[in-house]
Amino acid sequence: MNLRFGKSMPWLGVVLVAVVLLAVPFVAALGGQAWVRIANFAILYIFLALGLNIVVGYAGLLDLGYVAFYAVGAYTYALLASPHFGIHLPFWMILPIGAALACFFGVILGAPTLKLRGDYLAIVTLGFGEIIRIFMNNLNAPINVTNGAQGITLIDPIRFGDFSFAQTGHLFGFTISGPQKYYFLLVALAIVVIVINIRLQDSRVGRAWQAIREDEVAAKACGINTRNVKLLAFAMGASFGGIAGGVFAAMQGFVSPESFSLMESITILAMVVLGGMGHIPGVILGAVLLTALPEALRYGIEPLQRMIFGRMFLDPESLRMLVFGLALVLVMRFRPAGLWPSSQRRRELAEPAD
Amino acid sequence: MDTLLQQLINGITLGAVYALVALGYTMVYGIIGLINFAHGEVVMIGTMVAFTVIVYLAAAGVPPIAALTIALLVSVVVCMILGWALERVAYRPLRHAPRLTPLITAIGMSIVLQNVSMIIWGRNYITFPPMIDKRIYEIGGATFTNVQVAIVTMAALMMVGLIFLVHRTKIGMAMRATAQNPHVASLMGVNIDQVIAMAFIIGSALGAVAGGMVGSYYEIAHYQMGFMLGLKAFTAAVLGGIGNLAGAMAGGILLGVIEALGAGYIGDLTGNFLGSHYQDIFAFIVLIIVLMFRPSGLFGERTGDRA
Amino acid sequence: MSDPNVLLEAHAVAKHFGGVKALHDVSLTIRRGDIYGLIGPNGAGKTTFFNCLTGLYRNESGHFVFDGARLAADAPHKAAAVGIARTFQNIRLFGNMTAIENVMVGRHLRTRANVFGAIFRNRATRNEEAAILRRAEELLHYVGIHERAHDYAKHLSYGDQRRLEIARALATEPKLLALDEPAAGMNGTETEALRLLVEGISRDGVTVLLIEHDVKLVMGLCTRVAVLDYGEKICEDVPAMVQRDPRVIEAYLGGSVA
Repeated sequence: MNLRFGKSMPWLGVVLVAVVLLAVPFVAALGGQAWVRIANFAILYIFLALGLNIVVGYAGLLDLGYVAFYAVGAYTYALLASPHFGIHLPFWMILPIGAALACFFGVILGAPTLKLRGDYLAIVTLGFGEIIRIFMNNLNAPINVTNGAQGITLIDPIRFGDFSFAQTGHLFGFTISGPQKYYFLLVALAIVVIVINIRLQDSRVGRAWQAIREDEVAAKACGINTRNVKLLAFAMGASFGGIAGGVFAAMQGFVSPESFSLMESITILAMVVLGGMGHIPGVILGAVLLTALPEALRYGIEPLQRMIFGRMFLDPESLRMLVFGLALVLVMRFRPAGLWPSSQRRRELAEPAD
Repeated sequence: MDTLLQQLINGITLGAVYALVALGYTMVYGIIGLINFAHGEVVMIGTMVAFTVIVYLAAAGVPPIAALTIALLVSVVVCMILGWALERVAYRPLRHAPRLTPLITAIGMSIVLQNVSMIIWGRNYITFPPMIDKRIYEIGGATFTNVQVAIVTMAALMMVGLIFLVHRTKIGMAMRATAQNPHVASLMGVNIDQVIAMAFIIGSALGAVAGGMVGSYYEIAHYQMGFMLGLKAFTAAVLGGIGNLAGAMAGGILLGVIEALGAGYIGDLTGNFLGSHYQDIFAFIVLIIVLMFRPSGLFGERTGDRA
Repeated sequence: MSDPNVLLEAHAVAKHFGGVKALHDVSLTIRRGDIYGLIGPNGAGKTTFFNCLTGLYRNESGHFVFDGARLAADAPHKAAAVGIARTFQNIRLFGNMTAIENVMVGRHLRTRANVFGAIFRNRATRNEEAAILRRAEELLHYVGIHERAHDYAKHLSYGDQRRLEIARALATEPKLLALDEPAAGMNGTETEALRLLVEGISRDGVTVLLIEHDVKLVMGLCTRVAVLDYGEKICEDVPAMVQRDPRVIEAYLGGSVA
């Protein structure tokens, strides 16, 4: 728990990371704007995964419906900034509304379940994810709220006055495309969530979360109101999901129920778990890896299969899912603390199990 | 009035299936306190295997009833092996790991099974060939079919069999002892590994039968069908008091009836604002309400933290 | 009005599990400054009594009066808040946290920083965090394991884990420290060190309630002793008198201590 970003990294490293972060969208653009969008998603997933890390990694609560909060944020943005209802609120108003709404749902779900054993929360969040999807799909009649499976289109981009994130613009003599602008916005958001994660880790509240994760009965005996403290973690995670959803809606200009499937929840959970639950660099690694993996499979496995079998044997989507599933099983079995656990955790793993 | 009776009949049919699947959850939970997330997928594999065997046998000219029986038997055996393998590979190595670990493994296994199934049987809906000449009976304005009668009868027989097994056989006694206190049971010479494996195997066998029922009732199957079915069956188990066999049965029937009535009347209840495609939300609402007011279920005992 | 010298009164506390009566109308009185021993054979209901007192179980009848007020301990964190801290028979530390972090968790109750404080690290939060750290260091010194401060709790030796659990309990600033078999599994030297520690804690103004199997330790350390047998209190007195009580000798002590 003592591995802190800023302290373990000399300033040279910080500069290096900054340069790389600055260069990524321009290097990616050489391969086309599609690559910039992939980079954007990687960072959006870092944001989502670190939001979930508070819930799963710190407090040890298994949230299987995280994407539902993401969906709440996305639809809030879509409904309040699109021609669908003819409402066009600015993003700085909608993002907090989306976060608050997601938080509200988090509290509604968490309050009855968090006093129970952890697995109930897993099931309830799982169910909630499905319910949200059912509503997204069917709430187009008799009043058309969500426009059903077609989803909502023509969502307003994020705009600061005249500076719109949708169009290509010029800044300091550089030409910056829409996706590249979103890239920098997302990096800024990701840095904020990283700082929040780091600061929470070594705080009174963060310690209470870890204590609950370790031994709930002992945590109670130490005077921690475990239900409230867990609810806090759960609601915070939900709020981060809500914010990410809003940014997603604005960036895509389009939302539909398809983007919020159970698999999406599990993917984000897998990022946290495979990377290294509770360890910030690990979670970031997990998010980047699992965003890059399907792309790698798409560009690598397809030609490979055609070469070997002469036809497409497995489509990349099901292959990706298979790899996910197997990775979850194998990592839990052989690297229960994740691919990149904190240094103290790693030391423990080297020791014989007690 | 006839709607009410009709929905009750449909609900009991559905509930019988939920009950069988719920038994699989509740047995495993009762013994090792694990929610076997992959159980819904085992049921799905059961349906798929039954389908394949039926199609194959029908093509070979085997008479329908024989084909159906063989298909069911084959899928029971396949699921038993699957359940055993699942426990062996995914859960047993993690028996002393923190609670979250096997839960995550279970999700992983569930994804693997779904995608294996998709690779084998494709991503489209599979239509079951009708094997039984469907006869429709009428009672008080409501109708039911011989398939429904067969489902309910068979479910009842399976449950009676299970109760006999648990209360009258040696392995059943070992299971009950382990559920009470695994440590003491092992001191008394109970082979815990064997008991746990048996819970998975029996649960999977019941799941396979339920899978066959679902297939012949709805006449379709899909590689993702296990998820919702599993979620609902788990809800049924919680409703009845998880870990409690009779509770799982009652919870299954009750949930089936609630769902059928809910689907039948949701339009009237909400002034046609919500239609019958909201059927799936009832299980979830029931789950939340039960957890809020009676987390130990309708038949479960209250248990506190152990210090 | 209740006696201001009394810290805890149990009034006819009863608890049963299914048909088994674990506690049968147990009443006892602990005065401020006592080192109060609760002894009895295995299964006599000692830990059940602890769990009722600290809100882990809910007793079916009877109640506790603590520090002049009726204890509404329907939740363990509330019991801790009014000043009852405990340790566990089968040590319950936060294994994957360091020793000092364990003690810092104990300060949770008496500190206030919220999420916003943690995120913005304002002056008040920084000051409070520094105070938490300082107090935790002091407490580790106090119980004598400060050199293990940055080791994981699960890597400490058995005796050190017991001490860490006491330090964590003390961090909540209790009026009553309830120790559940703290000497279990300890050798003679460790037990002696524990005795000195408990005496020190008592001298520093904390009332101690002690469940213990080690009769010699209890008789040497405690100012008052109650004996439970089959969920009933059969005796409550100073150690010297308890040792002579025929019912106690019959139920528990046998001839071994005489």
